[in-house]
Amino acid sequence: MTTQTVSPLKLDSEALSLDSVSLWQITRRRLFRRKSSVVGMIILAILILIALTAQWIAPYDPILSMLDAKPPQDIQRRSSPCIYILGCPQDQPQHIMGTDGNLRDEFSRMLYGARLSLMIGFATVSFAIAIGTVLGALAGYFGGWIDNVIMRIMDVLLAFPSLLLAIAIVTVLGSGLINALLAIGIVSIPAYARVVRGSVLSVREMDYVSASRALGGNTYEILFKRILPNALTPLIVQGTLGIASAILDAAALSFLGLGAQPPTPEWGSMLGSERNQVFTAPHLVFYPGLAIMLTVLAFNLLGDGLRDALDPRLAHMN
Amino acid sequence: MITYILRRLILSIPVLLGILFATFALARLIPGDPCRAMLGEKATKVVCDEFNHRHGLDKSIPVQFGVYVSEIAQGDFGNSFRYSKPITELLIERLPTTLELSFASLLISIVIGIPLGVISAVRHNSWVDVVTMMWANVGVSMPVFWLGLMLAYIFALALKDTPFQLPPSGRLTPGIITVPFFETWGMQLSEGTFVFTFSDFISRMNLINALLTANWELFKDALIHLILPAFALSTIPMALIARMTRSSMLEVLGQDYIRTARAKGLVRRTVIMKHAFRNALLPLATVIGLSLGGLLGGAVLTETVFNLSGVGRILYDGITARDYGIVQGFTVVIAIFFVALNLIVDVSYAYLDPRIRLN
Repeated sequence: MTTQTVSPLKLDSEALSLDSVSLWQITRRRLFRRKSSVVGMIILAILILIALTAQWIAPYDPILSMLDAKPPQDIQRRSSPCIYILGCPQDQPQHIMGTDGNLRDEFSRMLYGARLSLMIGFATVSFAIAIGTVLGALAGYFGGWIDNVIMRIMDVLLAFPSLLLAIAIVTVLGSGLINALLAIGIVSIPAYARVVRGSVLSVREMDYVSASRALGGNTYEILFKRILPNALTPLIVQGTLGIASAILDAAALSFLGLGAQPPTPEWGSMLGSERNQVFTAPHLVFYPGLAIMLTVLAFNLLGDGLRDALDPRLAHMN
Repeated sequence: MITYILRRLILSIPVLLGILFATFALARLIPGDPCRAMLGEKATKVVCDEFNHRHGLDKSIPVQFGVYVSEIAQGDFGNSFRYSKPITELLIERLPTTLELSFASLLISIVIGIPLGVISAVRHNSWVDVVTMMWANVGVSMPVFWLGLMLAYIFALALKDTPFQLPPSGRLTPGIITVPFFETWGMQLSEGTFVFTFSDFISRMNLINALLTANWELFKDALIHLILPAFALSTIPMALIARMTRSSMLEVLGQDYIRTARAKGLVRRTVIMKHAFRNALLPLATVIGLSLGGLLGGAVLTETVFNLSGVGRILYDGITARDYGIVQGFTVVIAIFFVALNLIVDVSYAYLDPRIRLN
């Protein structure tokens, strides 16, 4: 008789396998098994592809007005989408998403917008993770007054609704994409500081850390090589979800005129500058908003998937 | 319980001081001198000297901070040069609109979000569950300002001349007159008294004022103007509430006492509503409380899109007009409100779950 596992517990098949499987392999398998995370990854892959190839696939210049185009084009401001296969006359220039108020091809601007949105997401979250990790690690590792001072400052930052604090910071720094990114970055620091502090606290007193200390490891080595790798998993999850909210907040700031300034092809700013034309040219509001939503959705789906894949305790809930 | 509340109150003092310090620093970091930032570029030197002296700006920084804190403690949040009015006065004028909008949104998100979450949990993995969760994912990813504009387009233009037509902006149709309830009731209130200020504040919430004066035409008009903005603003909290209800219900439904309740033959509905739902409500208190804070941020966008003269809209106008008084004053008010909200959430949590206050 072969020995079979008769445990009433439902174990994952990979846990039963005798081959050694790394955490990343397990995570990848779990991630690909979830339909919603696969959808998120597909949207994201398409967006990255568009962002990388924008300059080759965009049919027109995203910033220059076609007013001075040679040969001169017979095209109206804020014209509706014109696509041959959908009945648009052949002799008209093709503008898949129409033209905007400054006679620019909306489709080309949308493509370049993908590049900007992804950059915004990654830049703000990298900034926030870098500072949040250092602050959280210091607070968790040293404890005492350092912990108190750092975490109370984080509490104050968390006491403001995030978008409002970002607005207040940009008002002081002055409008502009870089300042908006800085503001959103600052606003998101506390989330990462808390995650890292929690992880550091949970392993600070463990035997392997004491062993490392006994072997003469210096503070830097213990903190960055022994303790911080434990914070990587929650940071990845928080970071992915953080990119989603950073893109949403940046779009909101640009919509209010505080972030990217025209003629930058940024979705929030494109939507904001045409919002009064929603009744006459709804396509100029519809496409940028849809793009923002899909991008944010992709990161949210991926973040949720990663959280469940990396933390099997949550898996049964979904 | 009282000890717990006291402890939480004391713990929030450093945060409050931090907020005050942050907003104080914010005003000092503004390029240029605070006088011209507050009063406008055209302020003369004499006016500025007087302004600096009146606000103690000619004194040292710690003294200035002390003055700022004591001013706020007395309810003086500074002035707006654009409206030449104290922030407190603007707040009384504008806050009712935002409160009405926020509470309507919260109501929509609770009334729709909770049942959806419960059904998804009870019918785990059914089509209802799949659709609800897909929709919840889309909901949290939706830019509020985009949804607002699209709703305005659909309901004001695409559905024009149908029974579903809704107004895309404003709080009331021009021509509809509101009379404060205290005037309809013939109350003699003198301006400047607390009762007057409070009644005035309440009467600025159109729905409540219409109910108090039994003015149904006003009520209907205010309501149809509120539907689109409230719905746009409610998507994110609705999605969060539905998700939280679902996961919290799923966790509770897996507990032994639920199996016991079923095993002893209780009706399914009783088990779900009395045994499961009550216990699943706990984490919801946090989500709902924190959603209100998010609603205040979203109100800036929603009020801008729907042209509502609330706190968010005035903040937006303040930003575009570089009226730092408004930005600083409203930021500090909203942050204090947010801290109070967190406190209420924590206390209600402790009230609902004895384990927290006893620990």
